[in-house]
Amino acid sequence: MRAFPLSRREFIKLLGGGIVIFFTPGDPWAMLQEAQRRGFDRGYPKDFNAYLRIAPDGKVSCFTGKTELGQGVQTSLAQILAEELDVSMESVDTIMGDTALCPWDMGTFGSRTIKYFGPALRQAAAEARAVLVELASEHLKIPVERLATRDGFVFDKKSPEVKVSYGDLAKGKIIERHLDPKPPVKPRTDYTISGQPFGRKDAVLKVTGKAEYAGDIRLPGMLYARILRPPAHGAKLKTIDLREAEKMAGVRIVRDGDLIAVLHSTPDVADVALSKIRAEFDGPTEIVNDETIYEHLVKVGPAGEVVEEKGDLEEGKKLSTKLFEETYFTPYVAHAPLEPHTAVAKIEGDRATVWASTQRPFGAQEEVAQALGLPLANVRVITPYVGGGFGGKNRNRQAVEAARLARLAGAPVQVAWSREEEFFYDTFQPAAVVKIISGLDGSNRLVLWDYVVFFGGERTSQPFYSIPHYRILSRGGWTRAAEGAHPFEVGAWRAPGSNTNTFARESHMDIMAARIGMDPVEFRLINLTDERMKRVLLAAAKKFGWSPAKAPSGRGFGVSCVNYLGTYVVTMAEVEADKKSGVVGVKRVVCAQDMGQVINPDGARSQMEGCITMGLGYCLSEEIHFKGGDIRDRNFDTYEIPRFSWLPKIETVLIDNPDFPAQGGGEPPIVNMGAVVANAVFDAIGVRLLRLPLTPARVLEALRKEKSTLANSWLAPRLS
Amino acid sequence: MIGVRKMNDNIDFKINGKPVSLSVDTDRMLLWVLRTELGLTGAKYGCGEGFCGTCTVLVDDEPVRSCQYPVKNVRGKDVLTIEGLASNGELHPLQKAFIKSNAMQCGFCTSGMILEAYSLLKKKARPTRPEIITALDDHLCRCSSYHRILQAVEAAAQEITQGGKR
Ligand code: FES
Ligand code: FES
Repeated sequence: MRAFPLSRREFIKLLGGGIVIFFTPGDPWAMLQEAQRRGFDRGYPKDFNAYLRIAPDGKVSCFTGKTELGQGVQTSLAQILAEELDVSMESVDTIMGDTALCPWDMGTFGSRTIKYFGPALRQAAAEARAVLVELASEHLKIPVERLATRDGFVFDKKSPEVKVSYGDLAKGKIIERHLDPKPPVKPRTDYTISGQPFGRKDAVLKVTGKAEYAGDIRLPGMLYARILRPPAHGAKLKTIDLREAEKMAGVRIVRDGDLIAVLHSTPDVADVALSKIRAEFDGPTEIVNDETIYEHLVKVGPAGEVVEEKGDLEEGKKLSTKLFEETYFTPYVAHAPLEPHTAVAKIEGDRATVWASTQRPFGAQEEVAQALGLPLANVRVITPYVGGGFGGKNRNRQAVEAARLARLAGAPVQVAWSREEEFFYDTFQPAAVVKIISGLDGSNRLVLWDYVVFFGGERTSQPFYSIPHYRILSRGGWTRAAEGAHPFEVGAWRAPGSNTNTFARESHMDIMAARIGMDPVEFRLINLTDERMKRVLLAAAKKFGWSPAKAPSGRGFGVSCVNYLGTYVVTMAEVEADKKSGVVGVKRVVCAQDMGQVINPDGARSQMEGCITMGLGYCLSEEIHFKGGDIRDRNFDTYEIPRFSWLPKIETVLIDNPDFPAQGGGEPPIVNMGAVVANAVFDAIGVRLLRLPLTPARVLEALRKEKSTLANSWLAPRLS
Repeated sequence: MIGVRKMNDNIDFKINGKPVSLSVDTDRMLLWVLRTELGLTGAKYGCGEGFCGTCTVLVDDEPVRSCQYPVKNVRGKDVLTIEGLASNGELHPLQKAFIKSNAMQCGFCTSGMILEAYSLLKKKARPTRPEIITALDDHLCRCSSYHRILQAVEAAAQEITQGGKR
């Protein structure tokens, strides 16, 4: 073997030519300043050095502002980089969510990682590879055309033993050579790593207890904080008596305005001290509760905006031979990741370092900088492994609390929320109402779709059925809603807005199909012109073994379709609904998904299974109970989430669509779960529930009402 | 010494096979003593009230919810945490099976799941699927890796019985 390592002299020559510059990644503060100087600032950087660094031993560091919440992006991003750069998976180490080391990123949400960051990373790797080939060509004195790359080496195609390693070419330095125009990325047909199932890079750490989460960070002198909380949102502190707590040995109490915390060197003793604080609060007057909220939302909904429209609603009405009008309701739903919000903060002079369980490290950096009055470059946020997010860790209140307390205490402070705090400060999926008026013509084609969503947000509200006259109106979104709409904070929940919109749309589709006596799959097919959706629907039907029948057929079969940001999903389910107890059990779920090109099929399937099971929760049991700002569900005893015994038989189908760009996969399959089960319940026992979750009490109530009126009286909260 | 709220007490027990001797308030919950005094952070806080199982450790091979389990109860006993499951650098078949089946996402529930399954397999080498579900049903996984966890436990049971290990 003849490898050609660069001599020191040659390397210096490259340096002299400005090809590589020295830069030690030892000092992260220098990196942070350097990153800003080089414009690796807000927005995906153009310079490929922001995404990767090749060490002398050939190890490649991949930098991403994304965080590993469990969705497996640490692995799939490594695959993209390894593929495009031509290195082995083992040589790639992914560094995530460190604001000093990683390129800026808006956050890890909305199934955006593979779709948006993926191409940026791929392009960076393609350019780095091309630059390495140029450097090798100069070093080996072999024309670029004769060189190829494999497994971290550039070699001569004519005599492959003539080669030089990436590590020797880059030596861990920033490479100051760029190509314009940018080199093309690899054709998909050349892939050997992308598209292959790879085990998780974090698996060994996670099965041995070594994976570090924010709460596992230990710093010398670190104190654990427990913070005094109001009993309800909006309650104001009236009186406080700290004497008993202060008596406890080793306890410190710090206060900055509303922020009052006890600190101790162990978390449980801090907890005991907190319980000794006597505090009285002024309770706010209750305005809404979990029953009256829907009426309230419809009342306070802003005029809103048209999301999409086509044709003319009046015209649609004229063409309609049958009209259908219905209202749908979805409650506040908690994120409830098993790891509550946690952060550790350390302040040294005018610099702050914060380890946070977050989906938005760069957002946390801004929030902390603002709270402490520090420039951005003086705040470094590091994201260890995150114990689940689902949208809840887009907000970083705990990071700001830790930073403020660390400054007050003059010592590093850990803030780890209790489960009660996690429920209290969660930014719930907002309660929402959807009103739909639709019309069919004589041949059962949709000709009218008048859709209004209150506070659900617009995502997946756009119809993919072929409808000549429609209008989608969104009155109040899912982000921090208008003052006075919600009694507490709301925010993005896994697939924001979509669980509401798809529950409404797909329930409504089935209501129409049932009333005209048509099989729900057939009804969808005659109203679809989108070939991609048809293909997914047929694939699901085939796998499920769907045979046409009008509902209720007694079989307990349901179907639901969605186009979630470009990922097409069709879900079919079989349920058992017990007329005596009202309990709904989901026996089998088939889910077909077209997410374009699939980077990691095993990872994609695992995400699909997770979405389906998690979705059973918002469908069957999850609902926040509250009186005004007082959240009544504060732990997993009353707030029930899915568990092993709920598990249906799950079958997933990945539709092969490699020429379509990769779409997100962390959220789409959850979106169908409300409608698919509600539709299956109707098919099983003939009652239609318009309100989630489908609790036994509601099923029984619906059965009772159906008996007493025989009409289409469906259980719903009263709306004036 | 740390955190005096009452008088500290001396307590001896074994942790992952090694004897330890601590001077702590023995009414404190095992979880916090493990995570702070002993630096073993594999057991997690998920709910603090016994509902989720992330804090599960084994005391004389029996799973306990360490968030609800006072330290005084481990006097003279053997405590096994996830950190002590691999022996001589070799992962336990359950750990290997979890890796192979991709039986985790965020990983926060993983150590509790593995230890509960470990205790189950000690009692019953080849449990049926319904038996596994019953044993693990009070362990929550918000990422809903349930499906793969079941596969992993079954694979490990097979591996252990066929390999004649443990
Ligand atoms: S933390 Fe102990 S059971 Fe949840
Ligand atoms: S893997 Fe996240 S809670 Fe189980």
